[in-house]
Amino acid sequence: MNITKVLTGKEGEKLFLLGNEAAVRGTVEAGVSVASTYPGTPSSEIGDVLSKLAKDAGMYFEFSTNEKVALEVSAAAASSGLRSFTFMKHVGLNVAADSFMSVVYEGVNGGMIILSADDPSIFSSQNEQDNRHYSRIAGIPTVEPSNPQEIKDMMKYGYELSEEFQIPVLMRTTTRVSHMRGVVELETPNTDKKTGYFKKDPKRFVPVPANAREMHRILVEKMEKIEDVASNSPFNRIFNKGSKIGVITSGSAFNYAIDVIEKNELPVNILKIGFSYPFPEKLVYDFIKDLNNVVVIEEVDPIMEKDVLAVIGKYGLKTKVHGKLDETLPMIFEYTPDIVLDGMRKVIDFNLKEKQSYEPDIPLPVRPPTLCPGCPHRAAYYTVKKAVEELDLDAIYPNDIGCYTLGIESPYEMADYLLAMGSSVGTSCGFSKSTDQSIVSFIGDSTFFHAGIPPLINAVHNKDKFVLVILDNRTTAMTGGQPHPGLPVDGMGETAPEISIEKIVKAVGVEFLEVINPVSVDISKEIFKKALQFDGVAVVISKYPCMLTKKAASNQLLMNVDPEKCDKCLNCVKDLTCPAIYVAEDGSVDIDSMFCKGCSVCMQICPKKAIGAKRLS
Amino acid sequence: MKPYNIYICGVGGQGIIKTSIVIGEAAMKSDMGVVMSEVHGMAQRGGVVSTELKIGDSKSPIIEKSNANLLIAFEPMEALRAISKASKDTYVVVNTSPIMPFNITESEVPYPQIPDILDELKSKVKGVFALDAEKAAKDAGHILSLNMVMLGGATAVSGFPIDKEAVLKSMRANLPQKSIPINMKAYEKGFEFVSSN
Repeated sequence: MNITKVLTGKEGEKLFLLGNEAAVRGTVEAGVSVASTYPGTPSSEIGDVLSKLAKDAGMYFEFSTNEKVALEVSAAAASSGLRSFTFMKHVGLNVAADSFMSVVYEGVNGGMIILSADDPSIFSSQNEQDNRHYSRIAGIPTVEPSNPQEIKDMMKYGYELSEEFQIPVLMRTTTRVSHMRGVVELETPNTDKKTGYFKKDPKRFVPVPANAREMHRILVEKMEKIEDVASNSPFNRIFNKGSKIGVITSGSAFNYAIDVIEKNELPVNILKIGFSYPFPEKLVYDFIKDLNNVVVIEEVDPIMEKDVLAVIGKYGLKTKVHGKLDETLPMIFEYTPDIVLDGMRKVIDFNLKEKQSYEPDIPLPVRPPTLCPGCPHRAAYYTVKKAVEELDLDAIYPNDIGCYTLGIESPYEMADYLLAMGSSVGTSCGFSKSTDQSIVSFIGDSTFFHAGIPPLINAVHNKDKFVLVILDNRTTAMTGGQPHPGLPVDGMGETAPEISIEKIVKAVGVEFLEVINPVSVDISKEIFKKALQFDGVAVVISKYPCMLTKKAASNQLLMNVDPEKCDKCLNCVKDLTCPAIYVAEDGSVDIDSMFCKGCSVCMQICPKKAIGAKRLS
Repeated sequence: MKPYNIYICGVGGQGIIKTSIVIGEAAMKSDMGVVMSEVHGMAQRGGVVSTELKIGDSKSPIIEKSNANLLIAFEPMEALRAISKASKDTYVVVNTSPIMPFNITESEVPYPQIPDILDELKSKVKGVFALDAEKAAKDAGHILSLNMVMLGGATAVSGFPIDKEAVLKSMRANLPQKSIPINMKAYEKGFEFVSSN
């Protein structure tokens, strides 16, 4: 399928869409005018598709500097009467949380959807926080789709709800829904484009204490009314089999529950919750009041389960509740059909027609992800490590979020402390005040723009001493290569002013600043040594494009090993661990021409000068 | 329709997600239900990649333990890593050219011998079609057509629910126009191999 189909597909047409692609179709059918994000797995593909289609859709789209800015861009658009969409990974909502709280108090004029893509089981994140808690902290209506079709349909529904009650709506997806592909039947695009106009109303839009108190009162009133809407929503559906046992479930967990129930022909009533906050209390009461047992199947925290218990307590029901709290189901990580099956068997006794299952007999080596062949981060890590060794320093390495976090792996082992986006710099300030160890911290270019600048100001102002290596590979690599403010192109592919990292660092007042080409090993090493000996904040910008970008792929060199000269010291194999270099079965070292990107770092570090380069024609 | 479950696994960069989309769209165009799960992100940097496809009536794209009808392994060791999805009723199409983990020189567990991998697979599942897809792809004209060799093999397996013509149509709709001749050749090599074994 050509991705433009997401925009051009006609009513009634069926497409095989990723959840994230279906979200984009939702913006098209809902007539969204402004969309903004900071890329983060598992939500990144929404931005990738929007950056291709927004212009033709008559929409404005941007990759903002961080999630807080993204949310603010969309909040302003919605307060000006336009439909807006901001989306981020779950931890991105932490970054945006300050403004998120206020936009819910203030409300909106045009519809606004905030999509949070949670990551149960932590495929590509630092935690598996359950952002349904944010629904409760902020008081925001929340929908939880189970598949791509629902993502699209709930987008349309969400905008109508948002405008009716003048309140933003939170859409909570999980990795398995965002990265699920399914058949999506399209409806008509909404092509009515509006021009925004901001009508001043400080009582509504400026939360000074006197106004904020009134805003909170209004918010509570709105949410009471919306509870009725949730209880009657078409996205909260009952599948009634006249049983005394019921299941209440949402999101991905619904898919597992219904498959297990149908496959095993279990006599169980199901309440599928799609509109999950405000918790549809009346509907839940009606569903459970005559049941003996109810199983709550949800990922990750026992949130609905506690809400169900509250309903039972409030109305004095006798229904027994099963879920995470009584260990019917596991407390953490994502579910699978097998996990749900095990849970159901603890509540209902039924026979299984299961086949014998296998585990591998032969022990298998692990296959961890690694930096790509020719990745400039590898060269930077190798060189910093050598510089530290040659100066005989005891160094610690605060690290940050991006591909370069893979520096945690052997043999580099150069990720010692990490909290969140931008924490490499902030924590270096703290280490500088707490220990006499040398500190070298690493941050990527996109992450520097996202959250690295305020702590760098902090470092200079508070006279800290550490080396900050800004790994500038000219893209947001980990999430698939999105642009950032340091590039001459914006989220819609237009040329844009390039913000210079170098000038920012200088403007902050950093006195030691060098820009290196990391694949020049010896020169880089000498610069790192100087930086390590500098008494203050030293910044080294390691600038070289990511190997996955087109610019880098045009390198015309190919490395090869001269078996006559190679004494099999394995320096290249063990210290560099480039996936292109390997030991053949006869013990000789060789370079796989399919993987080699010709960065020439191995050639520079070979003590026997046994690695050569040839130019590709 | 009772779900027909396909588990596809291998290493990042082998074209696994694209292959899965080709199958999924072919199923949709053949008026079958289809759901698929794919994982993006950090695993793509040389790590294990897998997708799960359920064709027929299923809401969840995750295949239950021992419930795969077909296992398509783009890398031999990864076939074994996925064995919990298989049963004595599963067919396996496996590429016999290994990709070594980058840290294998330092690993305490060696890369298993290919014949041992194939023997274990054969002892556990209904049928194993082991082919050197890397060689077949190169013979077809480009190493990157390896995924179409595997797709061709998969479509020829007994019980595969989608017509060959529908799969080929979906392939043409999903791959760059100029790569089609090589990919067609690659597909036929895979298809031939499994049909004749």
